[in-house]
Amino acid sequence: MSKPGVYPPIISDPYADAVTQPFWDATRKGRLACSRCTTCGTMLLPPQPRCYHCQGAHFEWVELSGGGTVYSFTVVRHALRPDLQAVVPYVSAVIELEGTQGAGARLLANIIDVDPATVRIGDKVKIVFDEVSDTLTVPRAIPA
Amino acid sequence: MRDKTAVVGVGSTPYWKRGGSLPESDTSMACTAILAALDDAGLTIKDLDGFAIYSSSCDPALLASVLGVPEVRFAATLTSGGGGSAGSIGLASAAIVSGQAEVVVSLMTLQQVGRRLGGTQTGSGAPVVRASPYGSGGVPPTYAFGAFSGVISPGHSFSILTQRHMHLYGTTREHLCEIAINQRNNAIKRPTSIRREPLTRDEYFNAPMLSDPLCLFDYTMESDGAIAVITTTAERARDCRQRPVYVMASANGGMGRWGPAIGAYFQQPDEYFASSGHRPVARRMYEMAGVGPDDVDVALLYDHFSPMVLMQLEDYGFCPIGEGGPFIAEGAIRLGGKIPVNTHGGHLSEAYIIGMTHVREAVEQLRGVAVNQVENAEIALVTGGPASLPVSGTLLRR
Repeated sequence: MSKPGVYPPIISDPYADAVTQPFWDATRKGRLACSRCTTCGTMLLPPQPRCYHCQGAHFEWVELSGGGTVYSFTVVRHALRPDLQAVVPYVSAVIELEGTQGAGARLLANIIDVDPATVRIGDKVKIVFDEVSDTLTVPRAIPA
Repeated sequence: MRDKTAVVGVGSTPYWKRGGSLPESDTSMACTAILAALDDAGLTIKDLDGFAIYSSSCDPALLASVLGVPEVRFAATLTSGGGGSAGSIGLASAAIVSGQAEVVVSLMTLQQVGRRLGGTQTGSGAPVVRASPYGSGGVPPTYAFGAFSGVISPGHSFSILTQRHMHLYGTTREHLCEIAINQRNNAIKRPTSIRREPLTRDEYFNAPMLSDPLCLFDYTMESDGAIAVITTTAERARDCRQRPVYVMASANGGMGRWGPAIGAYFQQPDEYFASSGHRPVARRMYEMAGVGPDDVDVALLYDHFSPMVLMQLEDYGFCPIGEGGPFIAEGAIRLGGKIPVNTHGGHLSEAYIIGMTHVREAVEQLRGVAVNQVENAEIALVTGGPASLPVSGTLLRR
């Protein structure tokens, strides 16, 4: 069940509300969506009820390319739970997404299909989708 | 606020490894620490009239009733977690300067039995998250955005900040090793320390990596224990048992977009992502005190993770931004160095009571009774943990 390097989420539901549901609707269709402020264009991930830049309350959803860059990362080597023994080492990264301004719309994701020793800040990655349950499909990253 | 209040008493239980404090309870340890702190000051429970805490460290309603405090006139907490440790002394001072209370206790009591600090997810099943009691309840809708990344403990988060610092500035594990060894050297001499065996460079580099670039010795210990600190007016302090330690300045907060900083956030702007989040707090604290980093004689920097010592050295102006590594490599933080740091051994080697050991050490330094005494120490800096805002910094003087 557990795969080396692939962090298994402990949730199987996105616990979404009206603001976040469209993101999870998109991931289930294999698409990466981002909330954009219709007043000033600031991109927000996770989506929020207000824009931190202009305080606007109106947003639209736009589809991103799914390309991104490793902004920073860690290689987790110590298994904090028994079920992670078969998973470590795994890579957790902060990713800046193409088509966004960076900060404010960074995505936190597990980079899979990679030798942890080779990961560097600035690496190009691509977002892929992993169906965890009927209601939750999570984004992960692979080397681009 | 400057010099209008003073720390007059410090009290503590012993420090234990996580879970080692049984059959004590968090309440019994709090009572022991508060009574010891009052006694240190030459005061009694009849004098105590305020609680200024942080990180929801205790329930003042419970402690006031258990201890028989005659009347509570102030009970408040700084929000968030360990970032408020040093700032709780500022909160006490604010209560006193505004005339709301006169003898105020700041406190941490920590017992990690069956529950570990920092929201570390060590179990599977439903997520344990804190929802607002006034919201609709349940798991917050943004929770899921961090739940698939594998960042499940504070150590993972601080590894990510550290990796970025290394990338930008060339900081190395050698620099972190020097922080760990410096603090161990200081802890060895203190009878209160949990780790008193020497730490060598070889042991550091052979230790297991928990989350790159941090190894076992870059992580704090997990401890049990309680520490209470009593603050009162400068006038009243002069009649207390110990030499007063005056509160020069205290600030808490942070840039709004620093926000929760770690965990599932990581949206800090580029210019302060690889930092401790303390820069705005440091600026306000120095302004309030009318002094600068060159005036500080000893720095007690919150060290849940070794790299945050390095980033605070930069953010508090002991060296330029990005130069914390070379600064440390020169021996600057050692006893006798340019700015002795964590002379008690800190969280890495003495004990982890969420920042209050640092307040205790500052007071001992300024009373001139520290185990690793900095000669003629007049001004001490104490900080609260780099984490979600508010983070805090306090300057004390003798």
